[in-house]
Amino acid sequence: MGIKSELSHTFWITWKDLMELRRSKMRMAMMVLMPLIMMAMMSFMFPSTNSVSNIPVMMVNADPGAMGSGIVQALEQINSASGMMVLKNASSEEEARDMIVEGNALGAIVIPENFSQILTTRSSTVNITVITDNSNPQISQMLSQVLTQIIDSMGERYAVMGLEPIARNIGVNPVAMVVPFRAEAKGVTEGGSYVEFVIPGLLMMTMISSVMTGLPRAIAYEKDIGTMNGFLAAPISRFSIIGGKALGRIIRGFIQGILSLILAIVLFRINVYGNLLAIFAILFLGVFSFVGLGIVLTSVAEDEETASMIIMTLTLPMMFLSGIFFPIQMMPSFMQTISKWLPFTYAVDAMRRIMVFGATLGNVYNDVLVMLIFGIATLIIAIPVFERGMTR
Amino acid sequence: MAEIIEVNDLVKVFRNGVRAVDGVSFTVSKGEIFGFLGPNGAGKSTTLRMLSTLLRPTSGTAIIDGLDVVRDAREVRKRIGLVAEKMILYDYLTPYENLRLFGKLYSIEEKELDKRINELLKTVEMDKWKNERVKNFSTGMRQRINLVRGLINYPKVLFLDEPTLGLDPHSSVEIRQLIAKLNKEMNITVILTTHYMEEVDALADRIAIMNNGKIAALDTSENLKRRISEETILEAKVTDSAGALKAVRALEYVRDVSSSDGVLRITGQGRDFVDAVINSIKSTGAKIISIKEVEPSLEDVFIKLTYGGE
Ligand SMILES: Nc1ncnc2c1ncn2[C@@H]1O[C@H](COP(=O)(O)OP(=O)(O)O)[C@@H](O)[C@H]1O
Ligand SMILES: [Mg+2]
Repeated sequence: MGIKSELSHTFWITWKDLMELRRSKMRMAMMVLMPLIMMAMMSFMFPSTNSVSNIPVMMVNADPGAMGSGIVQALEQINSASGMMVLKNASSEEEARDMIVEGNALGAIVIPENFSQILTTRSSTVNITVITDNSNPQISQMLSQVLTQIIDSMGERYAVMGLEPIARNIGVNPVAMVVPFRAEAKGVTEGGSYVEFVIPGLLMMTMISSVMTGLPRAIAYEKDIGTMNGFLAAPISRFSIIGGKALGRIIRGFIQGILSLILAIVLFRINVYGNLLAIFAILFLGVFSFVGLGIVLTSVAEDEETASMIIMTLTLPMMFLSGIFFPIQMMPSFMQTISKWLPFTYAVDAMRRIMVFGATLGNVYNDVLVMLIFGIATLIIAIPVFERGMTR
Repeated sequence: MAEIIEVNDLVKVFRNGVRAVDGVSFTVSKGEIFGFLGPNGAGKSTTLRMLSTLLRPTSGTAIIDGLDVVRDAREVRKRIGLVAEKMILYDYLTPYENLRLFGKLYSIEEKELDKRINELLKTVEMDKWKNERVKNFSTGMRQRINLVRGLINYPKVLFLDEPTLGLDPHSSVEIRQLIAKLNKEMNITVILTTHYMEEVDALADRIAIMNNGKIAALDTSENLKRRISEETILEAKVTDSAGALKAVRALEYVRDVSSSDGVLRITGQGRDFVDAVINSIKSTGAKIISIKEVEPSLEDVFIKLTYGGE
């Protein structure tokens, strides 16, 4: 039996699997829907500053002078552009606090009674108080950050106005007098939304789970319904069987991965900076590195039920620890250590660098090396394990 | 007569300790239909799985066409066809595609394969369905395709594990006729398992009755029946079958009694057997409406060997 006929057997088993997929309307639909739902969930579910809207905030203006209402007007104007808050009036700080405690508002802005007076005399600095609902830490943190920033810059502008005549006299820019320097934060590239952070990982996960979880399940299923006997009783190499099934899963994963990528670009307008060839190379490498593990799981799982259970137990922690959804650096240090031992982490990292930073394969050689070593090592283990599992 | 299968002291002990096959030996001649008959769990499927290279025997040897099923597994696979307990058929493919897939796995060249598929589908009268998906077929139609699927490589030996299980009586008869036809026309040696008496009785040249992993008896249907022919079987129609049953059962000549629809079926032996039976029925006050001696059936042999007569 030559290598040519082994390959032909492999091909025919793959053909069978893909044919079954193509003819099942349900499975075809799920193949498109799955990544779509996944991405929609990710991009709509997780908060980002520009997507938060309609936060109820109480406005307390105790200042009888003109300055207080000026601030209120300016705030309303800024807010009407972003729609982040719904501003409601309250007569006193106590009333605003009660509203927050009762859950009717998430924050309050309090302009003190003597605001105009102190401001016009410029005798000291005066505070505008921002109160937030600290039982809701995310919103509270965001609201105080945004409001502090707005109010601070309004203060700066007021200062600039005051300095203007003096500055003109000595011939300098009044803004430079008030704010001589400033921090400027910048990404390596323009992007940086949460979707852009998540999608490379999701893409990788779709592909990898297609082999790692799909392969054991597909083989366990054929064992259960008995069709595996047809392959086992035929004069073909055991590797044509596993190879054929694996190739089928890889192709499925690839189609799904590319589909996800297109959906991400078209629907979620993510920017892809990396070279498409590099993206495909990493997708392929990621899948390759998990084929061995998939085969080991196949040999361990006797039936579909067992296969599903093993897979669930393995995938969930892998998904969360590999930094798909939130940065590894945000995890406690022992989890970061675990994360470093998961090959999936490297696949996600490489994909993200390439897609978001436009990194080249050379930039991510470390990840590539880990994936290669893991893939080869697991395959070396998988081959004897599989052979033993098949002829019991 | 050439022996195409030689099995010697075959044993299978599963990892959970179950001794499913416990020292089985037999030979099968070329062109023979050889039947395994036995209750569920007797070890028939396990025996067949070892012969068809799906399971590795714990000990013992099996030679098919001069080749060892373990050492020369791949060569053996080229020479055998398997129709397993569960159908090997893909619902989303058509009969033609199913057969083509397996033909490709046997490395059959395209033109020859096309010819075989059409021929085989014609044999089972499925040629007009060849491009419909299997999904919508009845169990009988599926089994016909499943059967010829096992023949795509023109095997020398065909293994059939419970080929009529779950089929309606009409389809069962069709499948049996088909097996007989294939055996005759293609000169295929057939090894089949079943727990239906009439199946082996009608088809098999020789029958191995299996129980608890062992072959309890191996012979032609006639010889097996003759084996218990020192016993006499009476069928008596009586007025009070319940009372009569009790009385007859107490007789020392009697080995087995059963009753249905007022007819007693009494198996026993001895010079005074018939006389004693008639007397004891009469002594209960029941009337004998008719009484006759009947030939033993394969079922009688089966029951004697697997349940009663250890
Ligand atoms: N894979 C297996 N592992 C453990 N025990 C098994 C396995 N397959 C079959 N058996 C046991 O072996 C015995 C014989 O089974 P089988 O050969 O299927 O019987 P039959 O086909 O005659 O009904 C049964 O007791 C069955 O439970
Ligand atoms: Mg069985």
